[in-house]
Amino acid sequence: MTPIIQVEDLQYIYSGGTPWEHTALNGVSFSIQRGEFVGIIGHTGSGKSTLIQQLNGLLKPTGGKVLLDGVDIWKDKATTRQARFRVGLVFQYPEYQLFEETVYKDIAFGPKNMRLSEQEIDRRVREAAGFVGLTEKQLLSSPFDLSGGQKRRVAIAGVIAMEPEVLILDEPAAGLDPEGREEILKNIEDYRKAKNATVIMVSHSMNDVARLTDRLLVMNGSKLAMDGTPDEVFARAEELLRMGLDIPDVTRVFLELKKLGLDVPAVYTTEQAAKALLRLKEGK
Amino acid sequence: MLKDITLGQYFPGNSPVHKLDPRTKLVMLIVYIIALFSAVSWISYGLCFVFLILVVAISRIPPKSLLRGMKPMIFILVFTGMLNLFFYAEGTVLLSFWGITVTTGGIIRAFFMVMRILMLVSATFMLTYTTSPIALTDGLEALLSPLKKLHLPVHELSMMMCIALRFIPTLIEETDKIISAQKARGADFESGKLMEKVKALVPILVPLFISAFRRADELATAMECRCYQGGEGRTKMKQMHYCGRDFCAFGVGAVLLAAVIALSVFGL
Repeated sequence: MTPIIQVEDLQYIYSGGTPWEHTALNGVSFSIQRGEFVGIIGHTGSGKSTLIQQLNGLLKPTGGKVLLDGVDIWKDKATTRQARFRVGLVFQYPEYQLFEETVYKDIAFGPKNMRLSEQEIDRRVREAAGFVGLTEKQLLSSPFDLSGGQKRRVAIAGVIAMEPEVLILDEPAAGLDPEGREEILKNIEDYRKAKNATVIMVSHSMNDVARLTDRLLVMNGSKLAMDGTPDEVFARAEELLRMGLDIPDVTRVFLELKKLGLDVPAVYTTEQAAKALLRLKEGK
Repeated sequence: MLKDITLGQYFPGNSPVHKLDPRTKLVMLIVYIIALFSAVSWISYGLCFVFLILVVAISRIPPKSLLRGMKPMIFILVFTGMLNLFFYAEGTVLLSFWGITVTTGGIIRAFFMVMRILMLVSATFMLTYTTSPIALTDGLEALLSPLKKLHLPVHELSMMMCIALRFIPTLIEETDKIISAQKARGADFESGKLMEKVKALVPILVPLFISAFRRADELATAMECRCYQGGEGRTKMKQMHYCGRDFCAFGVGAVLLAAVIALSVFGL
């Protein structure tokens, strides 16, 4: 099966040819299958944000290729434009990009740009609002009267309404309270299940990525440092720590336990941790 | 793409021009502008030109960046040049078509006018290239401080200018981000008729204004938290003192101005 996204030897240089030249991506290659939930981790300045802007054609690579469903997204203008709709990108703190008078109109901005019919736009707006749990009454209010968490959800709905095959989110839960985090992450998972969409999520929360994703890409110094399942990646916990990255809290606890001489496996979710501890208890 | 704007950018450096007191540089700019507008002859223009070249050379600012800053001026330069070239009739007629005449006087005048604008803009650039925004506003405040007697809020004005300059790069970055985000939702800023293009700006301007107001609010709170209450009794971290090179600069400036005025009085 053709992977939905395939990145080949991607390179990106900011301000090439000037004294401010800076390589943000260097020889990055990977492919993502339809329906996968992929997490991207890496410390600030490792190239994560640049990478995701390549995937929907906002930035043009200075070297290498980005293939969407086997087609180069820079083949021609129409393909690039189509890629923007097929790959939905939610930026960090997206609530600062709201501009319309009502929540409804703001969510409809994307579908309108796709030149869909009035009925189709209406259906998509309502469905997207449903995914993120916005009420009918909220749809008619001004986005600037909502709370921070609700604004965030409106902004995410604005991208979901384009029904992208690939949904990319840059730290969707940053700056929200625990309840808000849980809800947003659940909304995203709901959308993925309902539309069989691919989700790529950039996050600093190792707990979130460990729990939600099927696969992790680790960026370090504008290169792809690791690519594997959370199992494989968190098994290399010490390497991650050396890169200045965090590891899930339970993984940290279990590493300490191991140092104390307990015979425990490496874990990265609370469920695994509970199982491992039970096994240990029964064994004794 | 927006980041390429070099207008008024500060190039940190350690040259004598950089080290001049900002007040000196401001006064020198005014002196230079007066000299430039009093200049009428080849010799006086030449003097102004030599002075500018000297300042550029001493400051070690690459002439390339000066030229790059001129780019937005091209239209005005061409327009001024054309106007003087075609509609100033004096001296021998060289060309004549469609009722328009090109005369030797016109050519000389067009050349003078273009040079005057070029030198004026370059001199202003030399001020902003070699003076950090904070030093510049400090200097301006000091120079305008006599107006405090007339109850003009000089300190507040210079603080506003300082903040405005400080936030230009921040707002440019913010604009870039908003443009990317709206593009990701399929906004199209390139094609369409004029009206459509203007309408396409709404999704950028509304979030930009909102964030500018939010930032202003936050900044005001942060300043109040640190007990800012205007210029009354406020001391400066960097005290300004005139020293040898400032008097030197004043001397050169006075000579330049005197020479240009003397030349124009004697009609040379």
